[in-house]
Order: sequence, then C-alpha cells, then structure tokens
Amino acid sequence: MTVTAVGDTAVVTEAGAPRVGRTGRATRIWSQVLLYAVLIVLALIYIYPFLVQVATSFKTDAEAAADPISLIPTVFTWAAYELLFSRSDFPLWFMNSAIVTICVTLGRVFFVSLAGYALARLKFRGRAVIFALVIAVMAVPGVVLLIPKFLVLNQIGIYDSYAGMILPLLVDAAGVFIMKNFFESIPVSIEEQARIDGAGTFRVFWSIVLPMARPALITIIILSFQGSWNELSHFIVSTQSPELTTLTKGVASLASGQLSQGSQYPLKLAAAAIMTIPVAVMFFIFQKRIMNTTEGGLKG
Amino acid sequence: MTTQVSKTPRRAGASGLRRGEGVAGWLFTAPVIIILGLFLFIPVLMALWVSFSDWNGRGSPLSSSVDFVGLENYAAVTTGGGLAERNFGISLRNIAWYVVLVVPLQTALALFLAVLVSRAVLRGRGFFRTAFYFPSVTSSVAITVLWLFLFSTTGVVNEVLSWVGITGPNWFNDPRGIFHIGLSAVGVDSAPEALSSGFLGISWWDWFAGPSVALFAFMLMAIFTTSGTFMLLFIAALQNVGVELGEAGMMDGASGWQRFWHITLPQLRPTLFTVLTLGLIGGWQVFEQIYTGTQGGPAKTTLTPAYLSYQAAFQNQDWGQGSAIAFILFLIIIFFALVQRWVLRERPVSKRRAAQYQVKGQKP
Repeated sequence: MTVTAVGDTAVVTEAGAPRVGRTGRATRIWSQVLLYAVLIVLALIYIYPFLVQVATSFKTDAEAAADPISLIPTVFTWAAYELLFSRSDFPLWFMNSAIVTICVTLGRVFFVSLAGYALARLKFRGRAVIFALVIAVMAVPGVVLLIPKFLVLNQIGIYDSYAGMILPLLVDAAGVFIMKNFFESIPVSIEEQARIDGAGTFRVFWSIVLPMARPALITIIILSFQGSWNELSHFIVSTQSPELTTLTKGVASLASGQLSQGSQYPLKLAAAAIMTIPVAVMFFIFQKRIMNTTEGGLKG
Repeated sequence: MTTQVSKTPRRAGASGLRRGEGVAGWLFTAPVIIILGLFLFIPVLMALWVSFSDWNGRGSPLSSSVDFVGLENYAAVTTGGGLAERNFGISLRNIAWYVVLVVPLQTALALFLAVLVSRAVLRGRGFFRTAFYFPSVTSSVAITVLWLFLFSTTGVVNEVLSWVGITGPNWFNDPRGIFHIGLSAVGVDSAPEALSSGFLGISWWDWFAGPSVALFAFMLMAIFTTSGTFMLLFIAALQNVGVELGEAGMMDGASGWQRFWHITLPQLRPTLFTVLTLGLIGGWQVFEQIYTGTQGGPAKTTLTPAYLSYQAAFQNQDWGQGSAIAFILFLIIIFFALVQRWVLRERPVSKRRAAQYQVKGQKP
C-alpha cells in the first residue's frame, strides 16, 4: 500500500499537479468507500428480485399486488405451493424435466467425451473433416432450427415422445470441443504405456483416460444439466401432449395465464422459484468450478 | 469461435499399435455424427426445401403433392406488400433496436462488473461475483415470470419509481416507442413529411420509434441475465493481463482511466470480440422470453423474427413463410457476425503500441 502511495506521489509531482501525499491518501479512502457503495448497490439490484420472488410466493394474491416490495409477508401462506402440488400438473412437469435432464446429461457426458477423445488422440482418415463439421454446427443459431427439428421428428415418427425430446439433445458440439481441448492438454505417456501393455482403444479410454478427465467431465455435467433443465424451445417443437410437458413449458403456459384466473403472482412465482432450485443447488455445489471453468474454456 | 485444427503431437515408433485406430476413431465419433446429422444437417436441408415449397403442414413435406414455388415465400415477407411483409418489417425493427442497445450495454456492464470485482484488494469478492452471476443460471422462463411481476403495474419497479415521484408505465402493456415518448415530451407527436415513406411496410417514423416500453423491459432483463456470464469471461481475461504493464504505465504517470483505456482494454480485445459476437448472435435470436411473456404484444412491439417464424409455422400453418423467415434470420446473423469480425480485426500495430507489447513479449 505505502509503496504504491509513494509511487503515486511521484507520479503527481511529475505531472506537475499541486497535490501532496495526504490528499492522495484521503482520495484513496474515499475511492474505496465509493467502490464498496457501488458494489453493494449493484449486488442488491442483482439479488433483491430473487428475494422478492421467494417472499411473494408466500403472500396472498391481494398482498402481492398491494405490497410487492416487502420481504416479509404479513400473512404467511403455503397456498401457492399447495395449489401447485395438489391441484395442478406441476409434479408431472417436474418429473418430465428430471427424466429428460438425467438422460441428456448421462448421454452427453459419454458421447461427447468419446468423440472428444477420438478427435484429440486417434489418427484416422476424415478426422479433420469431422472436427470442421462440429465447429460449423456450433455456429448455427439454435432458433433457426425450430421448424427444421419439428420436420425431422415428425418425419421419422418420434414427434411427441420421450425419444424426440431426448435424442436431439444428446450431443452438443460445444461439449465435443471442450473435451477435445482437454484431452489434448493432458500428457499422452500414460496411455502409451497402457497401449504397449496391450489394452484396447476403448479400454484405454474408459479406464485410464476418462478418470483423468474429471474436471472437464464436471464442466460437461454442469453445462448439460443446466442446458437441458432450462431448455424450452426444443420441447415446444418436439411435444404437444400434456403428459410430456416439462417444467419450462408448463410454467410458460402458467405465465401466459392459460391455467389461471387473474394475475396470481404468488402461484407463478412459486413455480418459477421451484424450477430454479435444482440449477441453483448445482450452481452452489460447483460454484468454485463454474467460476474457474470459464477461464479454462476461454483459454482453449 | 476459433477454428484451429490442432495436430496431435507426432509419436514415433507406435505405428504397429495403431492398426485399429481408423475403426475406433469412426466408432467413437459415430454417435455425434449420427445425431448431429439427423437432427441438424438433415433438418436444415428439409427446412430449406420447405422454404421453397407450398407445404401446409399436412402429411410429409417430401410427398409428391407438395410443390416447388421458388422464391415466393421469401418474396411474401420482403416485398409482398401485405400483412406478412409488415409483420416481418415490425419484427426486424424491434430486434434491430434490441440488438443495438442491448449488446453494447451488456458488454459495458459486464466489463464494469469484472473490473470492480477484479481489484487486487477486495473484501467479499466471492459474494459479489456470485451475486452478479446468479441470474445467469436461471432459465429464461423463470426469469420472465419474475420480470412480469417486477414490471407489472403495481410491481416492485413502479413502487421504487414512485419513491422518487415518477409514475411508472404499465410496462408490458405499453406499446409506445421510447423515442416517440421522448419526442412527444417536447411537443412532436406525429411524423414530419419526410418520414412518412418507409421500408418493409413501415414508415420511417415508426422505424425510428425506438423499442416500445414493453420491449425495453425485456432489454433490461437481457442485460440483467447475461452480464454475469460475460463478466466471468472478462474476469478470466483480466487475470491474464500482465500486471507489470500496468505498473509501467503507473510509473509513466498514466491515470487509472488512462491505464485502463490504453493498456488494459487493448489486451482484452480477443475477449471483447468473443463477448460482442456471443451477444450479437444471442440478441438476434430472442424467442423464449417472448413466448413466455407477451407473445409479441402489445401491438406487435415485442414481436421478434424468431417468434414470428414460430408463429407463422406452428400457429398459422404457413410453414413456407416460417422457414423463409428463419433462413433470412440466419443470413442476417452470419452477415453481422462477419461485419463485426471485420470491424474488430487485428490492425497493424503502430510502433508506439508495438513497444508496449514488447514488455510482455520479453517475459517468457
């Protein structure tokens, strides 16, 4: 601290500004105060909406409209949650989201690391072409695929089924890219040893390489869990029956008022809060990793 | 999005062990190839066909009763003069304002947050990072539901505005363009003669209306939810910025702002490029928020091309037009991504700046 302050004073003299060390220190303290003030206000803006969300879900409809901003309901009620769980399809939506998310996450981890390994380590004709295609796929904007996906699902007869919901999400080009980069970053010598000992390619991959890839695999798990749990557009174009409605689709229909009378904010906010819990839990478990993953991802 | 195909390091003397590799390579990548092929390449080709056909949603678009109609669908949305053209024009107007305002703002905010939480001495760093990032993990559906509440007539935002004596608008039901509101405040309520002509079925006066109040609320939401993600990218980049360069600048008498502008920012160029590109690509694709929140209303001022494409195909059974809109959107996104790449390209470095970089170059 002192060293920098001295440096600062030197700077000031050079620039010819009539300032002394003490003023510099005062400015420093004030700038610190300002920094924390700005940070705290910003943090409040970012967090408060979620606190209000939870608080409102325990309010009555009337109170939610009359006093939207308070964090403590005057009349604490579970009504919104009771309505969601006992008199709506909400549990079914939750289950569908869970099924899809689990299948997609497991599938992606396996397929994406297989392909990433092949593209990073195995030498075969066509490898460069496959990798170029994977990159090309990453560049296709997802929204452009809404109609196309429906057309193909319909054509091959898996529209409105779990297969249609899960299969197209099983592979993710960005995941292949991440895994390929990761495998290229770990030393090849251990695999070579196993190969010389006569292990087959899949065995080397499964029992030697994959365990070493834990950090990257966790990245893939986080990305696919979050991605498929929060997915909406794919389910809009791949299903229509109520039994296959996921949380995102169901809560979206709640929001546009298809199932409810009036504004019913406590009900809608309760639904939104519950659907946020799994990704929030995931986030807090892997918080350190998420904050660091991006760094690794960016360098690659 | 770098497209470098890196080579596996050469390994000598292993050729005998590598006989099965060709087969294994294809087997390992087969699931990815099949799924991407089946649910990406083939669909895009099919949709391309549909955009040139008169398929009405019944039966298979590949059956013989479906006819090739050339560019008819594309013409209908760009020069038809009817409702289709007008809707497409409105959606382009909306999304153009959205992208023009959201992309710079979210980038600037993300960079600002990143700089704040990257200070060398900072208490509660983890807390602040978590707070700013958290909105990014929630689904667009959940956040839209929350936003509809916050920005409702009696919602939190209007409550806060009332503290400072402002009567907030009825956000999601207000179709007035924000620039029109500004102009009417100074007494301009209708179009000057020069702006009564137009483009894509909309007068220039309406093109320059700016985003509606409703769309503006969505824009705030986008900035709120994406700034955290992009903040992480900037934090990572800031960690790689050489400290010694900043110190050298300090010795040379550069102020904090000068150091940031002339030393830090140039080094963040690759990340800036990534963030702007991702923001741009994401911005043009706004769909889920509109589907959940307003379905294009009020008065079509939150209609986006992506939602219009969905609406045309799935609700009006006009699959040709829906696909045509999707492909035009695709071309627009590619066009702007390339323009941006060109604008932010690495320019030849001046001698003075080259000297700055030399400091870092000597280190390894």
